Amino acid sequence: MNFLKQDKTYASVLMALAAVTLIIPFCNLITSADSPLHFSAYSVSLIGKYLCFALLGLSLDMVWGYAGILVLGQGAFFALGGYAMGMYLMRQIGTRGVYGNPELPDFMVFLNWSELPWYWYGFENFGFAMLMVFLAPGILAFVFGWLAFRSRVTGVYLSIITQALTYALLLAFFRNEMGFGGNNGLTDFKDILGFNIQSEAVRSMMLLLTGSSLIGALLLCRWIVGSKLGRVVTAIRDQESRVRFLGYRVELFKLWVFVFAAMLAGLAGALYVPQVGIINPSEFSPLNSLEIVIWVAVGGRGTLYGAIIGAVLVNYAKTVLTGLMPDAWLFCLGGAFILVTLLLPDGIVGLLHRRIKPNLTLNASGEQPA
Amino acid sequence: MMITANITQESGASLPLDGEVDTRHGPILYLEDVSVSFDGFRALNHLSLYIDDGELRCLIGPNGAGKTTLMDVITGKTRPDTGEVFFGQTIDLLKMDEPAIAQAGICRKFQKPSVFDALTVFENLELALKTDKRTWPTLFSKLNGEQCERIQEVMLLIGLAGLKNQLAGILSHGQKQWLEIGMLLMQEPKVMLVDEPIAGMTHQEVERTAELLLSLQGRHSIVVVEHDMEFVRSIARKVTVLHEGSVLTEGSMDEVQNDPRVIQVYLGG
Repeated sequence: MNFLKQDKTYASVLMALAAVTLIIPFCNLITSADSPLHFSAYSVSLIGKYLCFALLGLSLDMVWGYAGILVLGQGAFFALGGYAMGMYLMRQIGTRGVYGNPELPDFMVFLNWSELPWYWYGFENFGFAMLMVFLAPGILAFVFGWLAFRSRVTGVYLSIITQALTYALLLAFFRNEMGFGGNNGLTDFKDILGFNIQSEAVRSMMLLLTGSSLIGALLLCRWIVGSKLGRVVTAIRDQESRVRFLGYRVELFKLWVFVFAAMLAGLAGALYVPQVGIINPSEFSPLNSLEIVIWVAVGGRGTLYGAIIGAVLVNYAKTVLTGLMPDAWLFCLGGAFILVTLLLPDGIVGLLHRRIKPNLTLNASGEQPA
Repeated sequence: MMITANITQESGASLPLDGEVDTRHGPILYLEDVSVSFDGFRALNHLSLYIDDGELRCLIGPNGAGKTTLMDVITGKTRPDTGEVFFGQTIDLLKMDEPAIAQAGICRKFQKPSVFDALTVFENLELALKTDKRTWPTLFSKLNGEQCERIQEVMLLIGLAGLKNQLAGILSHGQKQWLEIGMLLMQEPKVMLVDEPIAGMTHQEVERTAELLLSLQGRHSIVVVEHDMEFVRSIARKVTVLHEGSVLTEGSMDEVQNDPRVIQVYLGG
């Protein structure tokens, strides 16, 4: 925990996250709906959503900020985690669906399917579904990364094929025959673990869970980045071929971080779906994945908490601006990206640090054993 | 053999038996009839070269003679079109990739100093340290006392002990060269390939580098590529002259400098 003393921003971000995570559910628990201290269901879910995006941004910062792999398809892993959670929630509906089929989700009945496809087996079990939240994105990242890194595909080429990957999944999940609800996706959820998913208590609980996951993930990522593996990965980012001549299998280190980040994104997706109540193929859209890159760039790449700050700020701006003038949002987003690239190469965090200490580095050298 | 005994003693841990480098016949590196072409240009042309165990060898030759390509072939960066490259009697380097060759004990300093600018001097050396380099062990790795001492020792040797927590990016050109030599030493190599070690160094630094390289011979086999003839003269017992991708001649510095073919290559062109 030495880094908390060294880097005040870390401490502040962790404190702020802990405050949001604890105070909002607590206030809602002890106050009645008309109290001024009471947060509406809408705002609780909205904040929960921001925290999911922060977790997603954090996952991209691990792979982009530290390993230097610009992934333009991180949204695919988020969506896969979301679908795994969505499948569990669909199976919880049971006979309460429009068609009342105990076994099949509504969209399958509508397609005249007579039995559950094999890949839906096991999703009625919460533990299994949670496992798939990590495994589905993890396995996809493993196979994709293994092929790409072993053939030494890097830079722009890798970025483009990650974008192609998410686009291919978008098209695939749009198809009704895939058995994931086609373009409507999965929605109309009722329960999670037997509790009503719309209820205020569950919403507060989800916020608490999301916040604690984010805090846990931030600490875990900080530990990884501060480990020797983190330093190897930073070295790969700066001079990939040199690391090979030190005897490290560069492709395996990249793969490790890529798979880890994909699983983190999957977790973010799984926490997101119960709070917004829907998962559909648009989550795979390349535009979503590009937005994640912008969050991280705006916040400050290679700092971990910068990704969190960026994700929350950009999404808050999105909520406000799409309300005020919906057509202008994409222009604002693009403008923000250009401004940050030109004026703030280290993002908002870089701006804060430039005023405090001129020589901001990615790693805390003082943590070395003497 | 004295030399072999020295190596095992120095490195502390010996390699597993099947990975042991067999140098009973003398040479530690065998290159036989190696040819490499890039788009029709023959960078190496039926080159044969033998480096003895514990030897300090200098490679000289005009630009384009194939010195760097030779190092690329030995370290696995470039695959030759024909020829054989062996490490000791038994290890075929052409079947191994860069990390495997590095782990077997052939390490390289690049022409352009290649240190990790975003890491400190200490961390650069830590990454080079000879140890388990797989992903999970690296994640959980903690330096033990012996390893810390080893890093400290190397920092003293390369004169950077006072800059332990400085980022490598702010070091001078000469210091970066030294740091990279230090990184080679951390890997406890059997063979060190050193490409232009004194570029950008002051006169004193050059002298210290010569001393350092001389003190390392016997323990490591060292191949130095250098343009500075004065420096080569100060360290070399045996010099190999490359020209147009093959060995032109070999011998002591005096023999080589008086060889009419060498004079022709350098002056007549």
